[in-house]
Amino acid sequence: MSTLTETKSLVGAFTPEAFAAHLASLPPGLPAWWLERKRAAYARFAALPLPGRTDEAWRFSNVGGLTLDGFAFPAAATAVPFAPIGIKKSAKLVFANGRLFSREVLAADLVARGVIVDTLQNALLRHEALVKEHLLAQPPKFGPGKFSALHEAFLADGAFVFVPKGVELGHPVGLFHYALGADAAVFPHSLVIADDNAKVTIVEYFGSTVDTEAQFAAGANDLYAGHGAQLTYIGKQDWSHRALSFQSNSTVVRRDARVQSLNLHLGARQARHESLSQLQAPGAFSEMLALTVARETQEFDQRTLQIHQAPNTKSDLLYKNALLDQAKTIFSGLIVVDADAQKTDAYQSNRNLMLSEEAEANSLPGLEIQANDVRCTHGATSSRIDPEQEFYLQSRGIDKTTADELLTFGFFEEVLNRLADDDLHAALRTLIQTKFTK
Amino acid sequence: MPSLVIQDLHVAIGEKEIVKGLSLTIKSGEVHAIMGPNGTGKSTLSKAIAGHPDYTITAGDVLLDGTSILAQEADERARAGLFLAFQYPSEIPGVSIANFLRAAVQARMAEGEELDATAYYKRLYAKMDMLKIDRKFTSRSVNEGFSGGEKKRCEILQMAMLEPKFALMDETDSGLDIDALRIVSEGVNTLRGPDLGVLMITHYQRLLNYIVPDYVHVMWDGRIVKSGDKSLALELEAKGYDWVKKELALA
Repeated sequence: MSTLTETKSLVGAFTPEAFAAHLASLPPGLPAWWLERKRAAYARFAALPLPGRTDEAWRFSNVGGLTLDGFAFPAAATAVPFAPIGIKKSAKLVFANGRLFSREVLAADLVARGVIVDTLQNALLRHEALVKEHLLAQPPKFGPGKFSALHEAFLADGAFVFVPKGVELGHPVGLFHYALGADAAVFPHSLVIADDNAKVTIVEYFGSTVDTEAQFAAGANDLYAGHGAQLTYIGKQDWSHRALSFQSNSTVVRRDARVQSLNLHLGARQARHESLSQLQAPGAFSEMLALTVARETQEFDQRTLQIHQAPNTKSDLLYKNALLDQAKTIFSGLIVVDADAQKTDAYQSNRNLMLSEEAEANSLPGLEIQANDVRCTHGATSSRIDPEQEFYLQSRGIDKTTADELLTFGFFEEVLNRLADDDLHAALRTLIQTKFTK
Repeated sequence: MPSLVIQDLHVAIGEKEIVKGLSLTIKSGEVHAIMGPNGTGKSTLSKAIAGHPDYTITAGDVLLDGTSILAQEADERARAGLFLAFQYPSEIPGVSIANFLRAAVQARMAEGEELDATAYYKRLYAKMDMLKIDRKFTSRSVNEGFSGGEKKRCEILQMAMLEPKFALMDETDSGLDIDALRIVSEGVNTLRGPDLGVLMITHYQRLLNYIVPDYVHVMWDGRIVKSGDKSLALELEAKGYDWVKKELALA
């Protein structure tokens, strides 16, 4: 009896029966290795304990809020809201409850040049080798990976983007993941491969149709930038305010490639976001940016790793959080420099703007350096609104609330200014604004 | 006629009294200059009237058009028609001048009223041209990395856009070279008129060559000790502040 209780608490709604039903729901013809990996992932998930208070990888997290019970596998959606990011796109995929809901296809000339924007299921059938090489290829590095294993086990479909050598997309590719219905559990995934000297921008959105429904998301993405490629990734997490969200992102940067990622964290009741950058060859550069608006009792738990595996690589991380009400944030970041990664240039900064006395920001910046000729700096700050700046704005007739909002936007602007695309910059600013006026 | 009346004002920072019973009436259209040595309470006076939370008014009153403003927050006072041109304007990283001024203009509009963006920019550019401010400045962060002269011109730009009834100008001439002083003064002189009252705070007579005041007051140890017309400023320039000190000692 006690064994049964224990088993239940380890898997919650994600029972062996639910997993069997999930496997049965997959289309025929998927590669055997993939199904095997899913089975292995489920076994790992089921065996791993839930994170506990003493787990270093979950330090400061509200582990009591990590529940797996009560979630369901919703039916296909019949309608989803219009995509809320008002920018021109090269192509678009919209997923609802893990199934493709609608798409806007690529222009014929891009298809002719070999660009692929398709579902992961189709890619597993048609581009098996590419998928096998990159899909969830990096082992978990933020603890034992119970939720990553859950993601892999239940991942049904997601996005696959491939930009061949030397091809540049003029407009971003839009990837949208919606969760619909109370207690819905979703497992979004995007796999993006920018081959050598390719250039692409991805705008990914995670959202719920109703802001008050309890939901569960365990998502992941894989970004790969080949030699000299330029990959820009914008992720916006705006799940329901009662959702529990896990997202694990992995970025591989090859020789002279440049990846810029900006994650915007707005939704969910408790959200953990893991971001791994591996700089694998000389000249690789990863710029890791994040903006969080944490309000009410939201918890945002951000864990990052910048791993320098080759000489002359560069990483630059800037995570900014604005905290209101009783919100809580955690930033835990580690720069790892391998022994032969000389001339590494790594920067890591977490800045918190405290807009409430009751909010709580935790920072755990860290370095692990094996090489001896490197430049690594890291730091974390927490500050309040500067009363002199506030008075200056008020002395111009701007009320205190609006003044604080302007100052918070000013605080975020340093991150948004890193975006080369002005339209994207403006669209993101508008999105953050909606969060403030809610 | 609109008026700004300061009645027997006492201002303290913490426990320390800085302004010790100052009375002054400024009518619309008038330019008053307050002169005095450093540490005499000039800046404290202007910040207290503008509503800075660090300054406590322990006695007296300030009336704008007959209504006391002391219970109002700084932003309410500003919307009622008061403007403070800062001696040291704050730098606001990430907030562009265009967005900042837009918010300030919007704050003066009725609830639900939409700002006409085209008209706003047209007006903004006209004022910038007047003050010889490069239009590119609109996208720059407020005062961030500005030279002393640029900051002061930006203050006058805000004043021009917000059209206050009364402006308190705190050491507007400090940190300005002659060219910048001329541009800033021309700006103020353009705004001068029957609908604006000005209280200029300055340490030096130099500014008053460019913005000629109707009245000059000498402030000493938290009070006005001498008032006159513009000739008082010249006398002060010739004889120095020691002259006032001696007169005070005799009295």
